[in-house]
Order: sequence, then structure tokens, then C-alpha cells
Amino acid sequence: MKEPVYIGSAPTAQPDLQQLVHEVALGDQEAFAAVYDAVAGSVLGVARAVLRDQAQSEEVAQEVLVEVWRTAPRYRPERGTAINWILTLAHRRAVDRVRSVEAAAARDTKAALLDHQPAYDEVTEQVETRLEREQVRRCMRTLTELQRQSVTLAYYRGLTYREVAEALSLPLGTVKTRLRDGLIRLRDCLGVTA
Amino acid sequence: MTTTDLHALTGAYAVHALDAEERAAFEIHLAVCDACRQEVAEFAATAGRLALASTVRARPAMREEVLRRVTTVRQVPPGAAPPERVRRGAQRRRGLARWALAAGVAAAAAFGGTAVWQYERAQDASHEAAQEQRRVEDLAGVLAAPDAKSRSAKVAGGSGTLVVSASRDRAVFVASGMTAPPRGKVYQLWFADGGKMRSAGLMDPDRGSQAVLMRGAVDGASAIGITVEPAGGSKQPTSSPVALLGLPA
Repeated sequence: MKEPVYIGSAPTAQPDLQQLVHEVALGDQEAFAAVYDAVAGSVLGVARAVLRDQAQSEEVAQEVLVEVWRTAPRYRPERGTAINWILTLAHRRAVDRVRSVEAAAARDTKAALLDHQPAYDEVTEQVETRLEREQVRRCMRTLTELQRQSVTLAYYRGLTYREVAEALSLPLGTVKTRLRDGLIRLRDCLGVTA
Repeated sequence: MTTTDLHALTGAYAVHALDAEERAAFEIHLAVCDACRQEVAEFAATAGRLALASTVRARPAMREEVLRRVTTVRQVPPGAAPPERVRRGAQRRRGLARWALAAGVAAAAAFGGTAVWQYERAQDASHEAAQEQRRVEDLAGVLAAPDAKSRSAKVAGGSGTLVVSASRDRAVFVASGMTAPPRGKVYQLWFADGGKMRSAGLMDPDRGSQAVLMRGAVDGASAIGITVEPAGGSKQPTSSPVALLGLPA
């Protein structure tokens, strides 16, 4: 069970994304359009996974993409690849939105969270990138149930690990380690390097 | 929270599952934990794969909208990317003589040139002035201590140097050319030990260059952080640090 499930070459990000972001940093709007085409679907995808709501996801995705334009001059390649910079920003913004006051008011109760178990398939059913989806799905299966739930609730639902602990009625420390162990297993299974 | 506990937060941090206070504490820890930074980078890349697996098709109208919006949005200037992290190379030891000189300069800078006056009038100084003088002496003492070690970093548009004397168990933060905090806010200094943040006092919001004797003993802290807080300071950090400096080893 431990051998990596590894299909094709890692990150599907276009090889010249780094270069494109560099050109965006110099104010090149055409380069930005190319960056948009490369990442918009993933930015929107991560926002929708976390927020569920179509209109809110689009709003956040647009904010993130404009932010990519605005802050490209400060992107530092030595801190990570351009795609990871953008997707981290997207997830961060989506999580901020889901935790905002308005969203919190309408938020799922603990009971509702447990009813709707972290529907991993639900999250990925709209996926276009078949290989990526297949690979992530297989790797998710290598996780224990607790690891999978912790990763899914935290990443795809935007819960803090305290909220995850509450939702799963587990001690904080358990969730903390399951989350980390789950990510370690995913990292190794997906062949991620950084 | 022990160091081991903090290490285990790499996963929660990478997927944005920490609340603001824990995030600030963990970022302080990250500044001094190479292994944690590596792991966080790997987890962020792993999370990126989860994001790619969620890719959907965006409406063509969204493309038009975004491309239209960027024509009206000004880009940030390069550089000044917060928070600054200190590289190991920036740490260095300096000679006693140099610090003794620096001590005089810093003391004068810290108290607007009144330090000398305070020394001369120490005998009949008010209680307040005497306290001030002790601060000057303590501050100068840390800077001039034979075991003083320093570490520098770019901080908020200027530079900051942390000087620590192990024998005195005190630290001084020397700021130079820092941009002023937003109106109604101050820079607050913190000691970080494990997951706990201890306030180490406030900086003068009106001066970009100053030397501050950090309040309280270093007492095993692993790093210091600087956050922007409401005037008067906070009991715990309420924002991500604008700068993080690991204690010079």
C-alpha cells in the first residue's frame, strides 16, 4: 500500500508559468491573460470546493486573480513555484471568506457537518483534469479514515483544526497529528517535492 | 506548548487551519525552524495538487471581467514583501568596541539626546528620570556586553537589529528607518517561547529609528516578533508579524 501511485509527470502547471508571472510583474497584460488561462479554472475550483456557493466562489476567484496581477512584482520564486503561490493565495482567500462573519452566520452546524461527511467525490466530480483527479483520488484512498476526514474538512471545507476536532469529536492533538500524517502520506503518494 | 507540539502544526498551517493567534505564534517558530519551513513548503505543494484536482471551467464572462479589472489596478512596487525572514548569514558577532560605540549612539537616539543630561543629573533626578536612566544603562549594558550577539533583518521599509546578551538575559531591538505604523497603531515587540507570545513592550510610533530595551528577560525565548497593534498594545498578537527574528545563537 505504501508504494507511490504516480501517473505521468507531476504538477500539471504549464512549464512557462514562472516566466509568464515574471512578465506580469513587469506590467505585461498579455502575459496576464495567459496566466489567467492557465490558472483560472483551478483558482475557481478551489474557491468552489471551500465555499460551495457559485456566486461567492466567482467573487473570490476574481479577487484572487486580480491580486495575482497586483502583487506579481513581489512574487519570489525561491519561496515556491508560481502555481503554488497562486493556489495558496486562492485557498487562503476562500478560507478567509468562509470564516467571515456573514458566512459564519449561515454556516453548517456541527450536526450538518457530520451528516454531510467530507464528500470528497462531491468536491471532485466537476474535475476536468482527469489524471490529476484520478491520482489525488487514489492517494486519498491510501489515507486512514481519520486522516482523510481531517485533510478533507480542513482543506476542502476550510475548517480550523479546532473545528475539525469538534466536528469529529476528537482531541485537538489527534486532529493535529492526523492532519499532518495525512499530508505526509499524500505528499509521498503524489511524489511532491518542494 | 512544547516545540514538538509546534512542529506538528506544519500540516494545519499549510492548509490554513490555524486561527490568527496560533498562526502568528507558529510563524515566529517557522523563522527558527528550517525543517518546519521545508515541510510547510512540501505541504503547500501537496495542497496545490488538491486544488488542481478541483479544477472547473470558468465562465468566459469571468475572463473578460478580470482582464478588464486589471487594466484599472495599479501593481505594487517590487520588494518590501512582508514578513521578512532572517537568513542565517545575516547573523554575526561584533566586537566589543563597536558595540560600546553603538551603545552610546543608540542610547542618545533612544532618548533624543537627553541621555547625557540624565547621567549628569542622576543624583537629584526624579524617580521617573532615575528609572529612565536605568533603562538607558540597561540598554547600553546589553549593547556593550562582551557576549552581545546580533542579528539583522529588513523590517517595515527599514532595518532592525536584535542584540541579545545571554549573561544579562536581556535583548535590545534597534530600528532604523522603519515606516510609521498606520494612524492609531503601534509596533509591538514580542518574545516567543514555544507557542507562547510574551509582550516585550511597544515601540515609539513617531520615530522610525530608535533603540528599545525589550521588556522582561529573554528567559529562553527562541525568537522575537513585531506586530502592528492598536495604540496601547495588545495582550496577544492580533495580526501576523511584520518581522520575525530568531535569537542569535
